[in-house]
Amino acid sequence: MSNFETVIGLEVHLQLSTKTKIFCSCANQYGCLPNTNVCPVCLGLPGALPVLNHQALLYGIKVGLALNAEINSFIKFDRKNYYYPDSPKGYQISQFDFPVAKNGFLKIKSGAQEKRIGITRAHLEEDAGKLVHDNSGSCSLVDFNRTGTPLIEIVTEPDIRSPQEAYDYLNTLKLTLQYLGVSDCDMEKGSLRCDANVSIRPMGQTTLGTKTELKNMNSFRAVKTALEYEVRRHEQVILAGGKIVQETLLWNDEKAVTITMRSKEQAHDYRYFPDPDLVPFTIDYKVIDGVRAELPELPQAKFLRFLSQHGLLEYDANILVADADMADFFEAALKEYPHAKKIANWLGGPVLMELNNRKMNIVELKLSPKDLITLIAKVEDGVVSNLVGKEVLTAMLDEGKSADEIIKEKGLAQVSDDAALLIIIDEVIAQNPSVVEQIKLGKPNAAGFLVGQAMKKSGGRANPKKLNELITRRISGA
Amino acid sequence: MSLHQLTAHALLDILKSRQATPREAYEAVLERIKAVDPKVKAYIHLAHQEPDFSRELLFPIPIAIKDNLCTKSEEITCASRILKGFKSPYDAGVIERVKKSGGAILGIVNMDEFAFGSSCETSCYGSTFNPWDLKCVPGGSSGGSAAAVAADETIWALGSDTGGSIRQPASFCGIVGLKPTYGRVSRYGLIAFASSLDQIGPLTKDVRDCALMMNIISGYDERDSTSVNEPVPDYTKALVNDVRGLKIGIPKEAFVDGLNPEVRRSVEEALNLLKKLGAVIKEVSLPHTPYAVATYYIVATAEASSNLARFDGVRFGLRVQPDKVRKNALLDMYEETRSKGFGDEAKRRIMLGTYALSSGYYDAYYLRGQKVRTLIKNDLDEVFKDCDVIMTPTSPTVSFKVGEKLSDPLSMYLSDIYTIPANLAGIPAISIPCGFSQSGLPIGMQLMGKAFDEEMLLRVSYTYEQNTEWHLKKPNL
Repeated sequence: MSNFETVIGLEVHLQLSTKTKIFCSCANQYGCLPNTNVCPVCLGLPGALPVLNHQALLYGIKVGLALNAEINSFIKFDRKNYYYPDSPKGYQISQFDFPVAKNGFLKIKSGAQEKRIGITRAHLEEDAGKLVHDNSGSCSLVDFNRTGTPLIEIVTEPDIRSPQEAYDYLNTLKLTLQYLGVSDCDMEKGSLRCDANVSIRPMGQTTLGTKTELKNMNSFRAVKTALEYEVRRHEQVILAGGKIVQETLLWNDEKAVTITMRSKEQAHDYRYFPDPDLVPFTIDYKVIDGVRAELPELPQAKFLRFLSQHGLLEYDANILVADADMADFFEAALKEYPHAKKIANWLGGPVLMELNNRKMNIVELKLSPKDLITLIAKVEDGVVSNLVGKEVLTAMLDEGKSADEIIKEKGLAQVSDDAALLIIIDEVIAQNPSVVEQIKLGKPNAAGFLVGQAMKKSGGRANPKKLNELITRRISGA
Repeated sequence: MSLHQLTAHALLDILKSRQATPREAYEAVLERIKAVDPKVKAYIHLAHQEPDFSRELLFPIPIAIKDNLCTKSEEITCASRILKGFKSPYDAGVIERVKKSGGAILGIVNMDEFAFGSSCETSCYGSTFNPWDLKCVPGGSSGGSAAAVAADETIWALGSDTGGSIRQPASFCGIVGLKPTYGRVSRYGLIAFASSLDQIGPLTKDVRDCALMMNIISGYDERDSTSVNEPVPDYTKALVNDVRGLKIGIPKEAFVDGLNPEVRRSVEEALNLLKKLGAVIKEVSLPHTPYAVATYYIVATAEASSNLARFDGVRFGLRVQPDKVRKNALLDMYEETRSKGFGDEAKRRIMLGTYALSSGYYDAYYLRGQKVRTLIKNDLDEVFKDCDVIMTPTSPTVSFKVGEKLSDPLSMYLSDIYTIPANLAGIPAISIPCGFSQSGLPIGMQLMGKAFDEEMLLRVSYTYEQNTEWHLKKPNL
């Protein structure tokens, strides 16, 4: 419909889950009482000095490698100078001209298409504190607990062509980062934050249009919605003969609109310069190779392997790979029970449902791969039906017991004993003479109805195969 | 001699032979402070906590601390209104070392505001006066430290040196002052002026004390990334009365117009004495040193403009909120606090530095400054290939009258013309007394050495000191 092309670039800030903060030895912890997780360094007290946390650097390298980027072996930090109450030193320690990683890319799937999104750079920096605004509006309070949390900022090239693509990129990026184990990627806790740059241009034009920067999106969904809004706004302005003003806008999720925060004229001069407190140094290539050697299998590779090695369908593989822990669980179970499809069905079905109901991760669940395959085996062996199997799973998770214990305690095992089943069958036959007649007339499908009735009477515990067998035998008079 | 007049090593001998106790020594110095500080005004305040004399420690020597070294539970202000009320919750690395050695902190001494100055006049507490002539400045920025040592208001003192702030006041006050190699002493807890130039060092009554203090404060500190993990020698072993065969470089650029003739004569006499004692004197050239002062005022102010950004009224020190809202409450608070909190010289340097780092000017100023800095360092490296030390005057003049240069910042900046190169190159340099002017004001000479070769500076200084008596002279107060 529209004759414009959308151009989007994203900046993702990711908190790295190192044990301690990036420049001091305070715990890197979320949820402490305000201003309790601080020290002279992260409070920016006079005389305090930063010391680089090596782990943060290694995590940065790891992210860079996973994004197929070049790693800068020359490590240098710079000061970004600006005033804000949540920035205790009046400058943020960041990386200006030597980001830890540059010139990378991430492959994403948008619809059926695969596409490469260029990664311009990824650099390390420290997080700021948090402002808490008093309800009365008379003052603001600052919590410095978050100050000094290690961040990596991942900046894309303007390669993204639609809000949907931006959404897909973010999901792929998040999954990749989760696989790396460098962050919990929790947007609600602010571990992952995203700003977007967007512009539009007439189809075919190669130069970029004037961009606006969007901030304050609290979910990937919000990023998409905000971009959709902003693209529409750009189109309307341009079609009405107006010009887009380069500015930074805040997304208001409730009202679903963008609001001007500052214009280009008000943009800061950050006066970047090398931080003299942190001496630049060169890292050995062995260190980079060491990180490379420890890189986990990334989601895309795992997906392809699940197809080829385990013969899974794309649908099943997608569900498993979407959660690194789930994928690990799957492979652990597979080692002891070589039926990939069955395990995948259980994980993608009943287990996933339990996870959603309980709002839990598979690691938090009271369920080991061994527990699950014991249960699957019970179903496959006919000890319990598929339906009862799901009930057993729920009870296992509620009570933390094994499948055997649950089945035994609740008497859920299938009844396969002829004598017991015949009592029920005789009752059903007596109650449904017309159905019996039909069977006798050669409509064997009608037996299914009797099986169902008998199953009901058994409270779902009767072995359906056995029921079918016995009913047929009984009616044929054998 | 009274206890307060002693050097640290002489006092240690007396303490060891039990002729006096550490407490007696401490109290004797406090008495002296009471008697003469109303005239000298070296101290900002005395320590709130009395030292712990219960344990027998190696160096229970009374010491004065410059107002920019964080000392737990003391008010530390960099002599600035903006830090009024800031009680440090922690000890700087050097303060920890001093306390561990038994050091008995007397109090906090005056300085130029944020160490911006060469006269101790920019302090928000007012001037400190030179014990040799109370109408004159003690030099700066460690003017309080130098005046307190010279007036026997302490046995020794700690100062900091960014462009000469230990050496110039040491020379103005007739004492010994050493700026160690960059990275030799931890900067953790030193309130930064220019992080790539700052270094903490001793101000003492003689060279032996300087070596002793270096033994206490030197060493690696993992909390300071710029501190260097280099073994610390016993500096007293360097105190050898022998300069035979040592090569002393004399930069021809140092003895030019603007150098006070009395200073020139004293330094030349010192040179002749060292020559007589067997040193080899060699004229050398440091062609880029004429650019040192300009380079320094770009690099140092740029770093300072950023280092001083944390004094914003949000977390500690002064906060001023104007009655009426002008822009918005936050901006108003920042502007008002910093306008009222900083003195003129601090504002001047923050503005210079902010300009030098501004987008569009960075390459022309800061980056170029760093390049010239490398050239100056290369000059020095070249000379040290063939020389053991380089000798110059410490300052082109003797002390001047209070108020004389305050309104002329450029002439004040030239006070550091000889001392700045050592900071830019990160090398150690010492100032020792080498004479007096006709008006009775002390003259100092400076020796610069190779990085981490403080021992060579101490050896040459010690030899000179053993053969002269300047360091024994005391002002009349």
